[in-house]
Amino acid sequence: MSFTPENLARAQSVIAQYPDAHSAILPLAHIAQDQDGWLTTEAMAEIADLVGTTPADVQGVCSFYTMYKRRPCGKLVVSVCTNVTCLVVGGPEILEHLNDRYAADDDVFVEEVECLAACGNAPAMQVNYEYHEHLVPEMAAAIVDDYKSGVLQPRGVSGGLK
Amino acid sequence: MTDTKKIEVRETRIVTRRLHDVVDAWKYENARADGAYQIWADVLRKGDAADLLAQVKASGLRGRGGANFPTAIKWESLPADVFPRYLVINGDEGEPSTFKDREIIEKDPHALVEGVCIEAFACGINKAFIYLRGEFALGYDRVVNAVKEASANGWVGENIQGSGFSLDIVVHRGAGAYICGEESALIESLEGKRGMPRIKPPLPIHSGVYAKPTVVNNVETASTLTHIIKMGGAEYAKLGVGRSTGTRVAAISGHIKNPGIYEIEFGMTFREIIFELCGGLRDDKELKFFLPGGASFQWLVNCDEHLDQVYDIDDITAKLGTTLGSGAIMVYDQSTDPVLVAWRLAKFYAHESCGKCTPCREGTGWIEKILYRMSHGQGRPTDMELLLSMSANVSPDVLRAPFTQTTICPLGPSPVSAVASLEKYFRAEVDAACSGGRPGIAVNVRVNS
Repeated sequence: MSFTPENLARAQSVIAQYPDAHSAILPLAHIAQDQDGWLTTEAMAEIADLVGTTPADVQGVCSFYTMYKRRPCGKLVVSVCTNVTCLVVGGPEILEHLNDRYAADDDVFVEEVECLAACGNAPAMQVNYEYHEHLVPEMAAAIVDDYKSGVLQPRGVSGGLK
Repeated sequence: MTDTKKIEVRETRIVTRRLHDVVDAWKYENARADGAYQIWADVLRKGDAADLLAQVKASGLRGRGGANFPTAIKWESLPADVFPRYLVINGDEGEPSTFKDREIIEKDPHALVEGVCIEAFACGINKAFIYLRGEFALGYDRVVNAVKEASANGWVGENIQGSGFSLDIVVHRGAGAYICGEESALIESLEGKRGMPRIKPPLPIHSGVYAKPTVVNNVETASTLTHIIKMGGAEYAKLGVGRSTGTRVAAISGHIKNPGIYEIEFGMTFREIIFELCGGLRDDKELKFFLPGGASFQWLVNCDEHLDQVYDIDDITAKLGTTLGSGAIMVYDQSTDPVLVAWRLAKFYAHESCGKCTPCREGTGWIEKILYRMSHGQGRPTDMELLLSMSANVSPDVLRAPFTQTTICPLGPSPVSAVASLEKYFRAEVDAACSGGRPGIAVNVRVNS
């Protein structure tokens, strides 16, 4: 889907911030992903147009970064840390619990991620890049459920405010 | 260092004072009431950039991102007459167990913005980029808001406070790549490219973003500048020991009773930091080992020599070969399997290798695979030997610290530090891990790298 008029205006103001429009590829991809729920081929082609490069260039750049999802991943991206601090205080157990619980749920995409810089309150996870810390498996699931039921309002899939 | 100065075991809150003491310090009015932008106003009134350089030089401030490069020397290296020039703040904090910058970014963004203003003025820079890690969604909102508020109140923008000095600050969000914390990879990423480190020279100070002279500084470094100007460089230099002046925001985590960030004066010992400042280990268990400077350097163990090591950038490298790195300290009790920790670190580096240099792209992956089977009950008798020989391709002279490297940036040799630490301190655990039949440890980590 192409940028909505509102997001197109945002994209143009982002581009104007940089001496070289090429710098706007990452921020524009965030806007597109927040809008569409994932980073579509069409969106990357449109970004290429806006910054004056080729679609292949934009795809090449975006495929380098783990936050850009190249296929639909539901409404909630749940990122669970299992790096060296979370590893010893229960991160892997949270990951397993959420993986099992949402295995068949198309709205929830559970992924294992590297250190989220929340080690002081480990174990930690992010739901659409909103931090939740000091977790146990049941609590993590309750938080995801709260997002699903609308008790908590999620950010966009790329972490932007809605 | 022969410095015998005794450092009191307590926090010395300079950079982190406001974020601890002021409720919602991220809001402009709260930060302003606490004195935010006051030093910036003084700097503008005096208009003496040379004095700023002199103060920072006198302070002995060294970069807080991990490389410890003297900030004043970086500024002095700027080519004299080349414009435009840029300031880039490195907020791509992704090193495992490092979370000090996130605290500043989320809780006291005005301290960062004020530091950026002062630094830009000192270096004659009119455009600054604050590069934040993509996952810092809240941090991004907070810094964007801080810049907006600062502009609205006349601290950032055109002709600031009638001084004739203009500064534009752009907040840029990454998208999930640890390697972008390396300054030249960060610059590539800021230019909208894949985040792969550049071959140096040229250094960013000569040819950085858009091939223009670029000063790259860590968030903590920039946030410290305001306080140096406020205290005076010489006064700041009285803190700390030897060439490690001032304070360091240490992020302490793991099996520790009171994890979190602690701003400590250089010169404390690890024993004092772990057992007095942080209250010792969780459930009063016995210490097994700790990582003194983030994930990329050699580990230290529970022995007097290591625990009595002073928290001093040069001293620890001279005596033990490891470094204070990113300022993270990870603490592990006796229940921890060091081979498992080494594997998880290797998995991280294998995942985050950008793929530019062959020894790293291939090496990190193979190190991870072997450590995986060692830590999951399938180790073979020759595995440690194999691991060491493979590590030598990325970091010749494997056990040497600080490490050597066959790659452009230090990511490749980083997991080798873990391998070397196993070889040095954990022979019994390694032998058990290499003897195959050992029962697998229950880890529920999906292997996807």
